[in-house]
Amino acid sequence: MENDPVIRPFGDTRNDGAIQLSFTLPIAHSERARAAARALCTSMNLTQTNVVHMERLDDRSTFFIVYGRTSASVDLDQLVTAEPEIQEMSIEHVNKTILTKLSRKAVVIGAATGTDAHTVGLDAILNLKGFHGNHGLERYASLDVHNLGSQVSNRALVSRVRELNADVLLVSQVVTHNELHLRNLTQLIDLLEAESLRGNLIAVVGGPRISHELAIELGFDAGFGAGTLPSQVAAFIAGSIQRR
Amino acid sequence: MMLNVDTLLIGDCEHLASDIASKMHSFISPRSTIAVERAVLRLAGISGAREQYPLVNIVADSIGKEIFRHGVAFSLVNAIAATGKNAQTLAEQVADERLDLDSFPIAPEEKRRVIADELRKAGLERIERQRQRRQNALQQFGERPTPWRYVIVASGNIFEDIDQALAAVGQGADIIAVIRSTAQSLMDYVPEGATTEGFGGTYATQENFRIMRDALDELSKRLGRYVRLTNYASGLCMPEMAMLGALERLDMMLSDSMYGILFRDINMQRTLVDQHFARRIQALAGIIINTGEDNYLTTDDAFNAAHTVLASQFINRAFAHRSGLPDRQIGLGHAFEMNPLQESGLLLEIADALLSRTCFPNCPLKYMPPTRHVTGDIFQAHVMNALFNLTSVATMQHIHLVGMPTEGVHTPFMQDRAIALKSVEYITHYAKGISDEFLIREDGIINQRGRTVLQAARDLLSDINETGMFESIEQGQFANIKRNRNGGKGLEGVFVKSDRYLSLLPDDYGK
Repeated sequence: MENDPVIRPFGDTRNDGAIQLSFTLPIAHSERARAAARALCTSMNLTQTNVVHMERLDDRSTFFIVYGRTSASVDLDQLVTAEPEIQEMSIEHVNKTILTKLSRKAVVIGAATGTDAHTVGLDAILNLKGFHGNHGLERYASLDVHNLGSQVSNRALVSRVRELNADVLLVSQVVTHNELHLRNLTQLIDLLEAESLRGNLIAVVGGPRISHELAIELGFDAGFGAGTLPSQVAAFIAGSIQRR
Repeated sequence: MMLNVDTLLIGDCEHLASDIASKMHSFISPRSTIAVERAVLRLAGISGAREQYPLVNIVADSIGKEIFRHGVAFSLVNAIAATGKNAQTLAEQVADERLDLDSFPIAPEEKRRVIADELRKAGLERIERQRQRRQNALQQFGERPTPWRYVIVASGNIFEDIDQALAAVGQGADIIAVIRSTAQSLMDYVPEGATTEGFGGTYATQENFRIMRDALDELSKRLGRYVRLTNYASGLCMPEMAMLGALERLDMMLSDSMYGILFRDINMQRTLVDQHFARRIQALAGIIINTGEDNYLTTDDAFNAAHTVLASQFINRAFAHRSGLPDRQIGLGHAFEMNPLQESGLLLEIADALLSRTCFPNCPLKYMPPTRHVTGDIFQAHVMNALFNLTSVATMQHIHLVGMPTEGVHTPFMQDRAIALKSVEYITHYAKGISDEFLIREDGIINQRGRTVLQAARDLLSDINETGMFESIEQGQFANIKRNRNGGKGLEGVFVKSDRYLSLLPDDYGK
């Protein structure tokens, strides 16, 4: 049982398939609404559905909290995941790796691009102070860090990459409404390619809605999501530079 | 619950802030901006667009640089004198026939004055009528008990927003705020018409204001209580936003003297001149302004930065007074979110919230919930918001921005707002009277925190007053953000008024 690669959700008993969900249906609060909620869950292959809470949101909308059992499962042996290849390194090890390989500091440019005004994540990775006691990239003697802040246009960013002969580009994207981030990030990669800058650059994108898979799909070398520590980004940079 | 802090220190802060604002006003008064002048055109009755390009932009752009320094009203009044046409007709003619508004002969001064007086009267009357309608509704339905529940809609589609707003009001919301499309503050024109697409929000347009106002008015009548509507003025079109808010009867507007400078890199000269005009209009319209001090906490934690929030509040209020706003229309904003791991963080938050309450007894303070430390853990977020709700009730806050459990995930679903409003309703009722039941320990954590933050705010205000506002911003005294006085966006839109400058506003306030 313990080594079974096939796993299911559980509430209080392994493999009981228990899940909790909540949703709103555009139907007036009534017993018919409850039936509709149960039917919806059945069509999602849930059994033993129990609508534990039902509440009127307005004359035509009702909110439900439902518990049910799913027979769905995940076979871990078949599971394909994507994560950036990172070997954890201390600050000293990162510095040694980079300085040995390049005989100079690596130039790192960071920016929140497009109309994005959110720099909390970017600053957490770059600023000396870092995040949760983990020091930012400015702390690394082997990194020459340029934080361009927010609302940087792709064109301006590409110019800076060229001017500074950047080795690493960190792009922060928070706003994902209407897939704005996809268009913006794709355009950036296109511009870098057009200016023949992409080849020598380590391009990384980060943000609360960014995954490594998405980043690779868009043409970046890695993607980092919420909770990423600066040391992880530094280790990735060092590893990538070493492998060049 | 009352803090025992030195009221002389509070008075000190007020004087320092007032000094800071006075000195800034000798810079502001002789100046105007392109956005102010476009707002004047709107006051004169010009609206509409040609192929998405607003008529007020076309008209303003048609006036030569030197004549522009007399103010657009000068050119407009001469054109009216020469043609006998009204402002809107002239604007359409300028757009359709590619005329220059300044191509008409200059009318004699007496004639100019008569026409300007008529325009001023008509414009101010429109604003006054809306103000009166609000007064009547409040008289008829009565005022809402505090804390007022302020919720946000932001789907990008004004018609979806209306459905969400109506549901939220039914669930207990008192105020509806429509978040603007991302980066609208950086646009140098106001889009025209109803909109159904936006990024991270809904475009603020005159038509969107009108539609939402109508829907909420109908609901107000049905429910027997007045529902307030809020939008956001800050940005390159701040004066125009304020004007549209006044014309369409918004009740509250985000109108901060420094937000645009610090957080949107809009030129400080431009922002400071724009905010004065915007707030003069908001004063006339009876609009309550909100300020954005919560933004200070995006770059630092309240534990360290609470005094910057307080100092900024003093400054914002001082500027607001100079623009003719009374305390009851100055809804200073604040947030005092601490790291959830902070030991006794609740006590510190209570102290900070109570301190602002103590410093500004007559202002309808706007208290804002946790955002920075909120993640996808919607259950924990809901718990954090519950403590925020309790703090708000205990410290007698006025405008309560309802925290959403899904703050860290997406713009609110209808169900998210319902869950959040239930929490506010429950706690407001269940903890009713709590603010009067406790005496605060004389030398305990809360009083000590209050004294420390007040002293630090006073010291910061003293520094800023000595250094000067522009220099202080350049040095990064606000939110550690440095801005250059000639940098950022929009400086080219600032100009010094000529001695023939014609204003359509009553000439008394702050000038």
